[in-house]
Amino acid sequence: MAIAAEAAGRDLYNRAGLARDARLDLFLSMAFTLPGLAVVAICVVIPCGWLFYLSAFGPDGNPTWDNYRRVFTGGGYLRVFLTTFQVSLATVAACVITGVPFATFINKLRQEQARLFLAAILLPFWTSLLVRAYAWLVLLGRNGVVNTFLLSLGVTSDPLPLGYNQFATILGMTHIMLPVFLLPVLGAMREIDRTYMQAAAGFGAGRAFAYRTVFLPLALPGITAGAILVFVMSLGFYVTPAILGGGNVQVISMRIARSLTNFSNWGAASALGVLLLVATGLLFAVSYGLRHMILSRQRR
Amino acid sequence: MLDGFRDTPVLDRINWFMAALLVAFLAAPSLIVIPMSFSGSQYLQFPPHPLSLRWYAYFADSITWTHAARASLIAGVLTTVVSVPVGAFAAYGAMRLGARFRLLVSSLIVLPAVIPVILIAIGLFFVYARLNLIGSMLGLVLGHTALTIPVVFVVMSAAFGQFDRDQERAARSLGADWKQAWLTVVLPQLRGPVAASALLAFVTSLDEVVIAMFISSGESTTIPKVMFTSLRDEVEPTIAVVSTLLLFAASLVVAVVLRKGSAVFKV
Amino acid sequence: MTHRDAKPVRIESMSKSYGDFRALDDVSLDVGAGEFIAILGPSGSGKSTLLMTVAGFIRPDSGRIMFGDSDVVRLPANQRGFGVVFQNYALFPHMNVLENVVYPLRVRRVPRAEARERAQLALSVVKLTGYESRRIGELSGGQRQRVALARAIVFEPKVLLMDEPLSALDKTLREEMQIEIRELHNKLHITTLYVTHDQREALTIADRIAVMDKGRILQLDTPENIYRRPANEFVARFIGEATIIPLDQADRLAGGALEAVPPGAHALVVRSEDLCLAKPGDARKSFTLGGTLHGVVFQGDSWLLQVDLAGGQPIIARAQKNFSAEVAKLVVGQGIQLHVSYDHAHFI
Repeated sequence: MAIAAEAAGRDLYNRAGLARDARLDLFLSMAFTLPGLAVVAICVVIPCGWLFYLSAFGPDGNPTWDNYRRVFTGGGYLRVFLTTFQVSLATVAACVITGVPFATFINKLRQEQARLFLAAILLPFWTSLLVRAYAWLVLLGRNGVVNTFLLSLGVTSDPLPLGYNQFATILGMTHIMLPVFLLPVLGAMREIDRTYMQAAAGFGAGRAFAYRTVFLPLALPGITAGAILVFVMSLGFYVTPAILGGGNVQVISMRIARSLTNFSNWGAASALGVLLLVATGLLFAVSYGLRHMILSRQRR
Repeated sequence: MLDGFRDTPVLDRINWFMAALLVAFLAAPSLIVIPMSFSGSQYLQFPPHPLSLRWYAYFADSITWTHAARASLIAGVLTTVVSVPVGAFAAYGAMRLGARFRLLVSSLIVLPAVIPVILIAIGLFFVYARLNLIGSMLGLVLGHTALTIPVVFVVMSAAFGQFDRDQERAARSLGADWKQAWLTVVLPQLRGPVAASALLAFVTSLDEVVIAMFISSGESTTIPKVMFTSLRDEVEPTIAVVSTLLLFAASLVVAVVLRKGSAVFKV
Repeated sequence: MTHRDAKPVRIESMSKSYGDFRALDDVSLDVGAGEFIAILGPSGSGKSTLLMTVAGFIRPDSGRIMFGDSDVVRLPANQRGFGVVFQNYALFPHMNVLENVVYPLRVRRVPRAEARERAQLALSVVKLTGYESRRIGELSGGQRQRVALARAIVFEPKVLLMDEPLSALDKTLREEMQIEIRELHNKLHITTLYVTHDQREALTIADRIAVMDKGRILQLDTPENIYRRPANEFVARFIGEATIIPLDQADRLAGGALEAVPPGAHALVVRSEDLCLAKPGDARKSFTLGGTLHGVVFQGDSWLLQVDLAGGQPIIARAQKNFSAEVAKLVVGQGIQLHVSYDHAHFI
């Protein structure tokens, strides 16, 4: 009956009107998100898109793959890639080695104590990157805290070269990335039902064995997520390697900046930028896929 | 510990010691800049010797530093004022949308946090160069807003997720229109998350280095930019002063917000 | 506070789908002025969807909501003037009791003194005088429910919509509140739609019950008719305990003694408590169903008898306390005759 009336052209049961209202609603909701999306479009999407475009053109304005070719064949660039990967991997390793036991420890604490530790972990977020870099220079420099301490104790006779090198860079980056690593790992560990470990104990397993065979596998997706996150972010680091590396450590971001500021080489800068972006995107995709794989394997 | 396994008091004590060490590693290094700022000498030297306030005086007298401080504060406040409403509304809109759209919008808005900052910086540099926005406060605020919107979005999305939507419905059933419901029911209960996002936005802008490096200059040069160039060229104790002041500023904002608002992050 | 001009509400052909799922399937419902209708059904039946659609929080795909002469289905929720009580009360935690109840009046720009007076009146109606400055967090579940109620009626709404308001309360409090809500309705005569999944609650509180399942109204009738004369198997099973026997089997079991079977009927429906151990008075007014006693369970105010009918179907009979003597004589495994009076035999 309703259908016949509608067929007669009268919107007797409001179907068309209600559909219109629903569309208006959708439009309004999107309108709320529009300013945010606009800012992102203007400041990120368009400039990066332009970069993509730029990387395919040479200094004379003609389209060319030269920029990319030079990146893959020119020796200097390759070394930069290597250094970046090296430093990032080392940072991830350091985070995992120190972070996983630390997270396990915090996970077992009572609420109030855990909260204290969490506050301590989140505290560095309030501190500027530059302040932290400077602090490490103070600590690691030739006249810095560590060297002064060691010299006064007589442990060393000459100040150790602790700063302005890869060691200092990795240390500084670990310092920054550790909280970033800990958050997803802690989150994953908190999800693990305590009864699993209790069951393992009930079966007679020792603490170490149960940890290795029950707890760690369950925490693996979170650890993997954290590790990949740290790796991806480390690839794009600029400030910390620039300051703590003291010119001896060249990472991709620094090379991009240098291509621009010293050589005004937009082609090289944009090509490197595109590669960095692609690497970032690929790694995120890999991360997603890995987690999916581990989770689905666990479910079986 | 009563977790079913054999008690290992020695191991537990070692664990606590290592944990304390790690906490010290995370939290303490930044504090070293405070005593350094009272160093009387020209060079990096620990312990600082003799103690004096000369570098504080130098900072206060230096036009470069004081103007940079002003620029940073202005940029920080403007960025916060823009990004908090924009990000909050985006989070609200995303919440109202269906699952498919929400995923798309969230992924896009979070983009600036995921892409390496150097790329955003040179991209903006390129665009601004053409629009003559290099060195302008507008350009800087725009760039910083792009960086802080994801932060605000994530915090406010979590807040909206926890918020009882029935309250908004109740307000409307009682006759309140959209604007009234927001002002009288929704916002008063979101004070904490709003304050948290404002705080995060402000501190992010204040500490931001890379974008400022490329697009701030002249009057809009920020503290981080001056600091960075100074750190790279020659490490002078003024940096310790600036670091101490930055630490102080951030702590102050945190303290104020914590006092005014209650549980911001549920641990 | 008495409502002088309660209006009827007519829901016409309401439909709502989520993808392939039909939440509401061409639902129509006529609510008389000042009537109290309970919408009863299991979860997923569409009852809350229906209520939320009337309230204006869910937009249907098609349909009309006639209120008086006008169709309000496209009107936004804040313009419909309907009072809503939510399952979780949805009280504003940052306001105290008085501020919550005053809110709808404040929105309507009622002068402060008058608003305060009316709010206090509403609070007295729900028996919460003196609680004005309490914070919501300090209140018990029952008290919060009353505040929600007061807030929903203070602006004299034309229609009151309640979405399982008592489901979060414990049994005794719930039964208390059911009676209070009924009394409130008797006093105020506001047209009310009340959603619940508890059939006892629906039977207690409503003028008429609409039984819903899978997005449709299966029966709309007074509590007594719903109970005595369920329209189909679902309603029979959802309300009270029922024994449903396919017609041909029932005929065989009763030895052909079934009377007044309407044409098109396919099953016999008898309530568990109407399967009696003894003949109810005049022999001609009842028939018997035979079977084997499978088990006897004491349940406080009644005995539960598990019987396997001749023919195999397991059924439940209920013997009230006054039959204790007869029940005591029963032996598990014995043959048993259950007497059904013709008044209690219903056919679907």
